[in-house]
Amino acid sequence: MAKSDLVRIKYLIEDLWQWKKPVRIMEVCGSHTMVIGKYGIRSLLPPSIELISGPGCPVCVTPASFIDALLTLKNVTIATFGDLIRVPGINGTLEQARAAGLDVRIVYSPLEALKIASTRETVFAGIGFETTIPGIAHTLLEAQRLKLHNFSVLPAFKTIPPALKALLSTDNIAIDGFILPGHVSVITGSAAYQFLVDDFHTGGVIAGFEPITLLQTIKDIISQLKRGIPMIENAYKEVVSIQGNIPAQNIIRKVLQPEDAYWRGLGKIPASGLGIKEEFAQFNAIRKYDLQITETEMPSGCRCGDVLKGFIKPPQCPLFATTCHPAHPLGPCMVSSEGSCAAYYKYER
Amino acid sequence: MCLAIPGKLLSREEETGIVDLGGISQSISLIFTPEVKIGDWVIIHTGFALNIITESDARKTIELLQEVYGKE
Ligand code: SF4
Repeated sequence: MAKSDLVRIKYLIEDLWQWKKPVRIMEVCGSHTMVIGKYGIRSLLPPSIELISGPGCPVCVTPASFIDALLTLKNVTIATFGDLIRVPGINGTLEQARAAGLDVRIVYSPLEALKIASTRETVFAGIGFETTIPGIAHTLLEAQRLKLHNFSVLPAFKTIPPALKALLSTDNIAIDGFILPGHVSVITGSAAYQFLVDDFHTGGVIAGFEPITLLQTIKDIISQLKRGIPMIENAYKEVVSIQGNIPAQNIIRKVLQPEDAYWRGLGKIPASGLGIKEEFAQFNAIRKYDLQITETEMPSGCRCGDVLKGFIKPPQCPLFATTCHPAHPLGPCMVSSEGSCAAYYKYER
Repeated sequence: MCLAIPGKLLSREEETGIVDLGGISQSISLIFTPEVKIGDWVIIHTGFALNIITESDARKTIELLQEVYGKE
């Protein structure tokens, strides 16, 4: 690390330690959760500034019933991102089902699933936030263009702005500012968050992934609080624009439409998901196989919902690191390395 | 899982490009970045270029990602 970086870090930390009023800042991006944990950023902050990890990991918030729906499929190949393979449904994981004979294939890109579908009936496990959704929507358009009859997508797409709205509308929630996601915002643009200021008088800063940038972002949020003027700032201008990626937004609008969605740990959030439009119903695995994705009860004792809302920290869950750990996750916040409980387990125990 | 990683565009044919991802050539879709030119750096997620970035930002990001995710 360059000396100038060290000087800047020292200056940022000293400045942050001047802040005495208790505030809570939430990040909603799994990669930010990882960087905060890995670089011990919490340990650099004064006791007055608390960082909480919100619902920033699409794998973690995917309901168990999504996995269970995939597990009911017979005589199909399931194509999925590797992130999903160890996530437990009520009836096991895709990894276990594969060991028992289900044809499960990990793909890097949803377009690879089209290649698989050229020779066999294929269902793609469609999870993701705004970063991932446009690519899957484009894949659906390609399936239509190629007139593929044996390809479908099981959709569990989720969008971040409605989730933030739901969080801020929760009783007794105390969030003073947001570290806004980097790569989700590449698609949405910074303008998508203006409602935080207009409707909730809460500001946020879109951040990149360098530890120094995150410290600077926290300082920027504190500066907003000092001035009493919340705003949406963009500290990741090299990648994120005001309006976002328009071609990607257009493809989403063409293929998908907003619908209510279940978030593991948070429950049903209005218009926070994207479903497949009627026009593309033949590629919708829910329709093709008559599947259902419903709210799933949380494993008994799991307090992931309270963790995601910042009501408790992971170690305050009685199951944390006792019966729930990364090799054997009980709750959603422990299933992916980017989950709040998993990051705490790895870096802050 | 929303991470996008930088790669350099080596060649393109209509909406498909080949990028160099740390020495590995990978085919990606350029449907969301139609204006990209050969030699540009893009950030890539699940086989799609999401935006064009400068070379220096790309190199900084690669270094950081190796640090955060590389030695898992
Ligand atoms: S430690 Fe496990 S059981 Fe407890 S809240 Fe986190 S995910 Fe749920």
